[in-house]
Amino acid sequence: MSLDGTIGARGSASAGRSAADRTRPGRTGPGRREGRAVLGGVFEAIEQGRGFETCSHAPVASDEAVIEIESFDLWYGSQQALFDNTLRIARGKVTALIGPSGCGKSTLLRCVNRMNDLIDSVSVRGEMRLNGDPIYGSAVDVIELRKRIGMVFQKPNPFPMSVYENVVYSLRIDGERDRAVLDETCERSLRSAGLWEEVKDRLRESALALSGGQQQRLCIARAIAAEPEVLLLDEPCSALDPIATGRIEDLIAELKGEYSLLIVTHNMQQASRTSDNTAFMYLGRLVEYGPTDDLFLAPRLKETEDYVTGRFG
Amino acid sequence: MAHGEPFVWLTGGALAIGVAMILGLLCLVLYHGAVTFWPAGVALLEIHGRPAVMGELVAAEEFEPDESLLGSLEPEESARARDWLARHDGISRRRSVRVGNYELTGRHYLWVSEFEIVSEQRPEWALTIERLDWGRFYGAPKAFEVDGRVVAGEPQEIWNLLEREHPPARSRWKDRKRLEQDELGAVNRRIEDARVSLRAVELEHGRDSQAYRARESEVRLLEQECSAEHGRIGERIRALREENGRYVLVLETGDGIEKRLALEQIVRAVPSNRLGFGGRLSVYLDRWWEYLSDEPRSANNEGGVLPAIVGTVCMTLVMSLIVVPLGVLAALYLREYARQGLLVSAVRVAVNNLAGVPSIVFGVFGLGFFCYLIGSSIDEWLFSARLPNPTYGKGGVLWASLTLALLTLPVVIVATEEALSSVPSSMREGSYACGATKWQTIRRIVLPRAMPGIMTGMILAIARGAGEVAPLMLVGAVMMASGLLIDGTAPYLHPERSFMHLGFHIYDLGFQSQNSEAARPMVYTTTLLLIAIIVLLNAAAIRVRTRLRRRHVA
Repeated sequence: MSLDGTIGARGSASAGRSAADRTRPGRTGPGRREGRAVLGGVFEAIEQGRGFETCSHAPVASDEAVIEIESFDLWYGSQQALFDNTLRIARGKVTALIGPSGCGKSTLLRCVNRMNDLIDSVSVRGEMRLNGDPIYGSAVDVIELRKRIGMVFQKPNPFPMSVYENVVYSLRIDGERDRAVLDETCERSLRSAGLWEEVKDRLRESALALSGGQQQRLCIARAIAAEPEVLLLDEPCSALDPIATGRIEDLIAELKGEYSLLIVTHNMQQASRTSDNTAFMYLGRLVEYGPTDDLFLAPRLKETEDYVTGRFG
Repeated sequence: MAHGEPFVWLTGGALAIGVAMILGLLCLVLYHGAVTFWPAGVALLEIHGRPAVMGELVAAEEFEPDESLLGSLEPEESARARDWLARHDGISRRRSVRVGNYELTGRHYLWVSEFEIVSEQRPEWALTIERLDWGRFYGAPKAFEVDGRVVAGEPQEIWNLLEREHPPARSRWKDRKRLEQDELGAVNRRIEDARVSLRAVELEHGRDSQAYRARESEVRLLEQECSAEHGRIGERIRALREENGRYVLVLETGDGIEKRLALEQIVRAVPSNRLGFGGRLSVYLDRWWEYLSDEPRSANNEGGVLPAIVGTVCMTLVMSLIVVPLGVLAALYLREYARQGLLVSAVRVAVNNLAGVPSIVFGVFGLGFFCYLIGSSIDEWLFSARLPNPTYGKGGVLWASLTLALLTLPVVIVATEEALSSVPSSMREGSYACGATKWQTIRRIVLPRAMPGIMTGMILAIARGAGEVAPLMLVGAVMMASGLLIDGTAPYLHPERSFMHLGFHIYDLGFQSQNSEAARPMVYTTTLLLIAIIVLLNAAAIRVRTRLRRRHVA
């Protein structure tokens, strides 16, 4: 792994992958490439289908990893969406995935708890480990794996049941019947999600009656009820107003430390405010990965600087 | 044209025609169904050259008497009629009179032209009498006899006696009927059961076995016991009949014929012309109550339709209980588990086409498959001692429900599939992300959320199933069922019994009965009732659906 920030164009891309790249729809019209001549370097390499090494900052390599991703590729049918991603998610910290639309942030996130299994056409190659245990492989029990990982989606998706039942859902499906355990979990999760005071008198009411922001915090409470080893957040604030967004961001800061969080976001400010580490992705490739402050204030690559300062994307 | 106004009129007009037809149908059924039981006054019409006529005036219309009608009259009458018509521009009115007294007149209704009428009166004491047999009787009270002696001759006296003696006579008649039906029936059933058990022993051990001889002597003993019991019950029946035979009401018809009616034969006597509005209303409600809570009499033309109500509701509920789980499971497989492809598409098209198969085809299938194949097999395994009398190997409410379940299955499958596909995928993903298995997700998230849509399928199935008649004629609906589907004899539920159905009852009354004219008012009333029951069943299902929707869908 190159730490000095040089860009080495790897010519070792497999024949199959190159073929897949050539069939990619034309994001690389001559006009666009000329307009972006200033980016040069990495983007040109990506658009030409050449490989390159992620520019990874030194501190993130030394963190203790909760998730390790190694040389991970993903295809939707014959179309490749993730290219050779290598990433270590630090324990107890918030890691943000940023990048323009369609760059594969959400796809990568959904690979961690294997939500992409639900799509028939998806095939993957490479390795992922959760606390050392493989995520992919024929011996892995997906159901057990997902129980170790919490996930919050773009749009709040409370289940059509009461607030209480929503929170204890993951315990219910494990067959937990003990009232005391359920009550305790419900209160603890709702308190952690900062929702307890608002809903403690309406636990038996339908969760669908809550406001959008409350619903999203309820989904966070549901995700942490089973005490997951890592929490995945897929643009958790994109459907919320600024006040609700602020509360979710505060919540992320509170959950940090106790939980390891991996968050996908479109919002640069949100990434810079909430995360400890940030990874910048472009067209399915990981471009630069480092501590958030470094990445935003002193990016090593010009392309990253252009993106985080809003000159492109 | 530029503003598309003609199309507004075209589309709106189409809707208006549809609504008008439905409203017209409902109003017709509602009006005719509602007035059937209203007690009209009784008129006595004197007619030139014919005996007088007594009865209810039910309808009137204008008509132009033609030469063939006038020519068929007596010369004297014909001349009078021509004279009358000359004064009235050749137009006359004629009235339909419900004359009743079927055993004397041979008809229920009579048309009387206005030019024939000498006078019209409303005799104060004319009685409308509903009887066990022969339909209604119209007449004036003449005498009240006890033991063959006239004890009252004045109308008021006769009426007072009638009011005093009628209820006990009716209750004696009900006792007698209960003895005849229930108690004699129970004794007969004991004998029948004993003979069946004897037959079972014979089938198992043979006629020469020890067991058979032992059982046979037991049965002989039981038969003697039962015939003694028969005698005792017969004695009580005879006593009740003799007591009731003492009371007789003598009536005089409009044309002066005397008719003797045993008091127990009278279901209800109404002095129609003496009643005020309150009195009429109470008769009206009493007749409705009888209709809803009693068994039919007089060849289904009169009395109640309780067995048909019970049959319709039971059949529909059993059908729903069968078709909803089956349809939901099938739709779950199609939508959630099956790999979407050519085969699944073919199955889906086939299911949809099943909804278009004529219902009588299902009836034929039900008869052949359920009754003759499965039912006969059940009989051979479990009821071989009763053969050759079929138990399940004939039409019955269970087979009818299964047949209709098959008929309505496509409706439920299609509605359930729609409901399943409308469950947002974000909810499924949320559940999977919590570590739920596919079945847990379906059971806890998808099904509750799809429940209102599934209920819609059930409502459609009920509406379709409760209104079907054609297949039922083949698989178990009968004109006159011998017993209710639920009663006090073990095993209390009788899924093998044939049953009465309101839709079939309408068909039977209106088109199969010996005298469909007499049954016409009941056809409308029964239609009204059938519509009301379907509306009620649907309303109940819609209520449940609304509640579910509030709970599961924001």
